Amino acid sequence: MNELMTPLLRGLAVTVELTVAAAALAIVIALAAGLARMSGRRVLSWPAATYIEVFRGTSALVQLFWFYFVLPFFGIEVSAFTAGTLVLALNTGAYGAEVVRGAVLAVPRGQLDASAALNLSRVQTLWHVVLPQAIPAMLPPAGNLAIELMKNSALVSLITITELTFAAQLLRAETLRSAEIFGVVLVLYFAVALVITGGVRLLERRASRGLERGA
Amino acid sequence: MIFDWRYAWEIMPRLAEGLVVTLQATVLGMADALTLGLALALARRSRHRLLAWPTGVLVEFVRSTPLLVQIYFLFYVLPEVGLRLSPLATGVLALGVHYAAYCSEVYRAGLESVPKGQWDAAVALNLGRWRMMKDIIVPQAIPPIVPALGNYLIAMFKDTPLLSAITVLEVLQAAKLVGAESFRYIEPLTLVGAAFLLLSLLSAAAVRRVEARLRLEV
Repeated sequence: MNELMTPLLRGLAVTVELTVAAAALAIVIALAAGLARMSGRRVLSWPAATYIEVFRGTSALVQLFWFYFVLPFFGIEVSAFTAGTLVLALNTGAYGAEVVRGAVLAVPRGQLDASAALNLSRVQTLWHVVLPQAIPAMLPPAGNLAIELMKNSALVSLITITELTFAAQLLRAETLRSAEIFGVVLVLYFAVALVITGGVRLLERRASRGLERGA
Repeated sequence: MIFDWRYAWEIMPRLAEGLVVTLQATVLGMADALTLGLALALARRSRHRLLAWPTGVLVEFVRSTPLLVQIYFLFYVLPEVGLRLSPLATGVLALGVHYAAYCSEVYRAGLESVPKGQWDAAVALNLGRWRMMKDIIVPQAIPPIVPALGNYLIAMFKDTPLLSAITVLEVLQAAKLVGAESFRYIEPLTLVGAAFLLLSLLSAAAVRRVEARLRLEV
């Protein structure tokens, strides 16, 4: 069992690294695309809407292969790890943009009127009034997206990144102990999912501090 | 290097063949998921803790682990225990089990939305548990959840390319083979992406129509 665990744990480290990097990027993308999608200016809302529909409407694996195989034709050479991180972030960001939009739209209209009455600028309104109220509503769906992202990270094994799933494939080819290897891998992924769920719950508690959530 | 339309046109029939396999896998996988999902939802609500609790753990486990690894698990482990399935059948089974876990949560919401009075009335009429579920509860629990199930159908459709990892010749695998022969990936992969986009936008619109109609009926 020990000789199986060392390579698998090394793979797990890469999976975690990929998930964290892609999640950080996805948060930025989701906020930017979600807010741009709601903008009154067409130059902002149209590209954002197109991005969201394209990445939500196609398969994550197709996106991954497209980035990995097609971009080099345009003279853009990206490493497998960069392509993997980028696609995972863009895919999750598209779903996240809809989460951002939903949460921002749920902020009561009176809050915006009050900000206008207080003569706050648009940026101030967004930063001090809208986002602090919208973020607690974003967290539960964002936690689900984080788990989806972690699960999707297994796809990058198909473009030869040695994360957990690819490490398992290599190990299987060597030892043929399929049931043990993939059983352990499933449990490891499940453990990461539990950690994410727990972490998001902590964040939820922190973010809603000081906010009265009425019935 | 630009998009070569003539080449794209030439490879279309081979991609279409792959798309047929993709659609087959989606339909069969969803049939699996709908049946197994209902069974899981009912088992999770069971009064017998020995049935309800393990079902809950199983559903959470399947939902929190990658479909690709589940596919590999079935693909490599089933033959070891003497069950030889074709790659397509293995893939359909994996899709079915994975999405059954998601669908069971949807069913659960549907079952919980049936008013308590309906349960009480069924008990008052002295219907057996089986008849109560079959004739009273389930028929009322299903219509409101059709849109949610539809969304999972679309999600499953977008997950079928994962079957290429176990050599199923679905649309992505077809595109990769075409690309490997000619060293031109841009046309096949872009066409596959466009096909997915078109089909999922159309089905999402269909789901929205069903949703709107359901809202009118309520």
